[in-house]
Amino acid sequence: MPGVVHVQAKINGEDTNFLCEPRQSLLEVLRDVLGMTGTKEGCNDGNCGACTVVLDGRIVDSCLVLGVEAQGREVQTIEGMASPGGLHPLQQSFLENAALQCGICTPGFLLASRALLDAEPDADEGRIRHWLAGNLCRCTGYDKIVRAVIQVSTAPEK
Amino acid sequence: MTLSNQVLSEVEYNVVGKRPVRPDGVDKVTGRAQYGADVKLTGLLHAKVLRSPHPHARIRSIDTGKAEALPGVKAVITAKDLPFAALSREELGGDYNRLKFASDHMLASDKVLYKGHPVAAVAAVNAHVAESALALIEVDYEPLEAVVDVRAAMRDDAPLLHAELRTSSMGEIGDKPSNVAAHLSYEKGDVEQGFGEADVVVERELTTASVHQGYIEPHNSTAFWNTDGQLNLWTSTQGAFAVRAAVADVLRLPVSRIKVTPMEIGGGFGGKITAYLDAIAATLSQKAGAPVKQLMTRAEVFEASGPAPGSWMKVKVGAKNDGRLTAVQLEVAMDAGAYPGSPVMQAMTCAFACYDVENGKVDGYDVVVNKPKTAAYRAPGSPQAAFGVETVMDELCQQLGLDPIDFRLLNAAKEGTRRIEGPVARRIGFVECLEAARDHDHYRTPPEGENSGRGVAAGYWMNRGFQSSCVITVNFDGTVSLIMGSVDIGGTRASIAQQAAETLGIAYEDVKPMVVDTDSIGFTFITGGSRTSFATGLAAIEAAESVKAQMVSRAAKIWDAAEDDVEYADGAVRHKSDPELRLGFKDLARQLATTGGTVAGQSNVDPAGEGNSYAVHLADVQVDPDTGKTEVTRYTAIQDAGKAVHPSYVEGQIQGGAVQGIGWALNEEYYFDNSGRMMNPTFLDYRMPTSLDLPMIDTVIVEVANSGHPYGVRGVGEVPIVPPMAAIANGIHEATGLRLRSLPMTPGKILEEQWERNGG
Amino acid sequence: MEAFDFVAPKSIEAAVSILNENGDRARIIAGGTDILVMMRAGRRLADVVLDVKGIPELDEMSYSPEGGLTLGAAVPCYRIYQDEAISAAYPGLVDAASLIGGIQIQGRASIGGNLCNAAPSGDSIPAVIALNGVCNVAGPNGTRQIAAEDFCTAPGQNALQQGEMLVSVSFPAPVANSGANYQRFIPRNEMDIAVAGVGSSVVLDASGENFVSGRVALASVAPTPVFSRAAGDSLAGKPVSDEAIREASELAMADAVPINDMRGTIRQRIHLIGVLTRRTLNNAVERARGG
Repeated sequence: MPGVVHVQAKINGEDTNFLCEPRQSLLEVLRDVLGMTGTKEGCNDGNCGACTVVLDGRIVDSCLVLGVEAQGREVQTIEGMASPGGLHPLQQSFLENAALQCGICTPGFLLASRALLDAEPDADEGRIRHWLAGNLCRCTGYDKIVRAVIQVSTAPEK
Repeated sequence: MTLSNQVLSEVEYNVVGKRPVRPDGVDKVTGRAQYGADVKLTGLLHAKVLRSPHPHARIRSIDTGKAEALPGVKAVITAKDLPFAALSREELGGDYNRLKFASDHMLASDKVLYKGHPVAAVAAVNAHVAESALALIEVDYEPLEAVVDVRAAMRDDAPLLHAELRTSSMGEIGDKPSNVAAHLSYEKGDVEQGFGEADVVVERELTTASVHQGYIEPHNSTAFWNTDGQLNLWTSTQGAFAVRAAVADVLRLPVSRIKVTPMEIGGGFGGKITAYLDAIAATLSQKAGAPVKQLMTRAEVFEASGPAPGSWMKVKVGAKNDGRLTAVQLEVAMDAGAYPGSPVMQAMTCAFACYDVENGKVDGYDVVVNKPKTAAYRAPGSPQAAFGVETVMDELCQQLGLDPIDFRLLNAAKEGTRRIEGPVARRIGFVECLEAARDHDHYRTPPEGENSGRGVAAGYWMNRGFQSSCVITVNFDGTVSLIMGSVDIGGTRASIAQQAAETLGIAYEDVKPMVVDTDSIGFTFITGGSRTSFATGLAAIEAAESVKAQMVSRAAKIWDAAEDDVEYADGAVRHKSDPELRLGFKDLARQLATTGGTVAGQSNVDPAGEGNSYAVHLADVQVDPDTGKTEVTRYTAIQDAGKAVHPSYVEGQIQGGAVQGIGWALNEEYYFDNSGRMMNPTFLDYRMPTSLDLPMIDTVIVEVANSGHPYGVRGVGEVPIVPPMAAIANGIHEATGLRLRSLPMTPGKILEEQWERNGG
Repeated sequence: MEAFDFVAPKSIEAAVSILNENGDRARIIAGGTDILVMMRAGRRLADVVLDVKGIPELDEMSYSPEGGLTLGAAVPCYRIYQDEAISAAYPGLVDAASLIGGIQIQGRASIGGNLCNAAPSGDSIPAVIALNGVCNVAGPNGTRQIAAEDFCTAPGQNALQQGEMLVSVSFPAPVANSGANYQRFIPRNEMDIAVAGVGSSVVLDASGENFVSGRVALASVAPTPVFSRAAGDSLAGKPVSDEAIREASELAMADAVPINDMRGTIRQRIHLIGVLTRRTLNNAVERARGG
């Protein structure tokens, strides 16, 4: 039976070593091996975005990445989004706009939204809706999530 | 608040009606909030359930030997490990069938009744090993013919799910086994006479497909059966006490042996009331002697947790030429899934609750079919009925040439209207909702674009009371701890804390709400039924009133004054006649330690004064005639909230409910193959709306105070899912001329209807 | 998921050797967006999983206006549409690359993976066929080329033999006055499987008024993506007109042999092939005219 593999990756800026089985997804590694349970499982087949993390600068569904694939790469998760000084503007905006109800999809939406605004600070409603289509939310109907992202965007129409 | 979200307030308060940040917010935007799947315990095992591949089959035998021998496997259980297996029919008497259903729902004993029905479970060192062990369990099935359509299941020659189930019909029990568990009937006036008086009568048959609540967090449960016999459960549920009761029932334990800790819950919508995993995890834990965690996969959520029922309806309405309704009638059959208990009674009571009509009759059938047992889903039963009634009313309006809002205003239920099943409405806000819809910019602006149309529909949900318990303890720094048993599913902590703060006259930020386990608070009913802001709010208000009385009494003691001379107002106690004697809440709190200790208020309520909810939705749609695809281009939801405690979360409930309804209307359905297997148990093929499928959902909160609550709260969560399907169907009719009478109204169905209209 | 070994070979030779040794029990992971789902569902079993993203030839794109495009089989979709030169030259490919899954999926999923997965509904495959894509394959006996339309052989099966792997997909340089487009029909607006899809490409004459040639390929209407040669060929030499486009769409419909399933019916799918063929050809003509 194949054994465990040693993996070295940078997670939220920290050099991190972990052991995992090749069959364990990055999602399992984050949650079960590293105890970082902020990344959520909703479907485990890439259709809900709850497990969204940033891998080498791109958002991906961590359920569709093997933990061993993180070798030598950089992973960012919800645990690294706030700075010691305070929340990220998107986190603050989600709170103020009531853009979460149950909260299970929230980490995924926040990471996806941050990736969008990092790349396109002036993203408008249409662009935001398109970008976030890989993240399912069942509570809000998306209205307040989209508004929360628009509020942080520099798009002229608010 | 934006212009897209209006609140038509009657009364303003200091804290109630404001939009503070929720107390659990920071934990939820930083990933720190602890959900059920996040539970970690030393020595934790992981469980998986073996599920039936057949929709209907007899279990001849189960051999778990090979699975038990797999290294890493710590326990394997089947229905033989549940207490029911050892109980005799004589011991159980009249409770036999009920307990058999409850126990078999956890783990099937003699028959499997749906694809996904649990037949065995494994606990192992990790989930991968548990999964490998499932493949080693040998089950010998005798496949049986399945039935998933509600009408087919009602036929005399339908395959029977339960040999002992007989129809209960208004107190009488049928003489032979049947899939029809119950037939209910209500009548008011004389419908035959009413239809005789009508100038126009419309009668239509409609169907709706099974749909799922679609919460993003799969079911989960972690159990630890300690060697002292105490069972601890950590789970995702809308009601910790409901889980405790269900587990106690199936495992035949006194409730005092079970402590349920409700973790943060990742969505429920009614689907997280049934305890699917807890008894299994508990039994595995007992057998393995270690804590056991069990998570459902998404496919398991679809195939084995409660969908909302599919339904068949016949709706008949009659009116005079001036639009006055003369009679209404509904016959509705709902599939309960594998065991009895569809919300057909709610469908019957909600169906015509928007209308004041003299003659009405409703008949309902609760029917078992080879699907997972249905569960509550947001206003259970009402959306299906509204799809039928509100589309037929639209057709009536069309035939009479009447504006749909004018027609509804003419016939609107109001204070004093008696519903078909009996109750008389207290002050309700349906007329106000209709007027707000009529006066809204949306209704005054024509729908944009080619092939577009607008639909209007109304909806009703009765709302609920039931028991809640709260404790408020004053901290010596002048804050208060608010302890409750109501799970926070989307702002509950905030809305209850606001009511406590309002009552105490202190700042919202000074109330620290927490949701606790079943050992730490009095019995509290589920978070559901649109009851929590109302009933748990009342409990918090009463507990706060008790705190106020005790603060008065403490001040009197400090001042050496008579209690009658001291009063509580605006967050302070003061002597009625001596203006020098005044202590702010915080000042008095600081003195509590040295004047007898803290004060705590406690309250248990079971209120009867719930206020009914009404909603009116406007939906603009555009239909592509080449592909049959419907886009929702503009949407406004108007609803009487009584009083919106936290308007942002009320808007969120309305928007979320409306969008679930849009999904139900257009694409969501359980798709079965010919043998009764669900073919689309993934988010990919179940097709819930994404952000790209929707416009902003505009809201109008109407506030017609509920007299049964000090701040007028009615409850808001459920009624917003009631009107969307009919509103969209009516919009599609205006856009295309087609009347869609079956949900979902997929592009394929619209194409078929077009082809049929155009002669095949 | 059953346990497996993980290797990340750095060369084609090393990868081919592992594939050849393990046969069907070796599975390649590029973006992982299909293979991991199938392995979890038990529909693919593996003793060894090869991550090929570290093999230079599979991870690079090279484009020149003269030589055309060679797209490494593991290049994720986003790199295609983020490349301005490639986006300008192959908008029909970008159509497909930018609608596979959502943004998260596009961060991992590759055109090569889409081809190897060989789903009838694979969104990029009709676009690749319409653009005359050629699959560059390496194996124990050296390299060979397979036309994109011949690559998928059955649902989930492709033309690769024991020990072979897809290295890259090559596209000829776009000729003057050419244009291409891929569109699919889905009930939602994203995150969905094509009920039907059509990729079309056209070459017009210098006037922009006459078809020189055309290629049309279809998704979700047969056990494999379909190259509707008749539909494309019918355009050659005809003036650009609704009539010519309608005729081509009817020929495409005739090549569609779909089934009834949860995603659509036979009649709906054939009808949609007609609609989408017209829409994609009109769009391709517009692009060919510089629109």
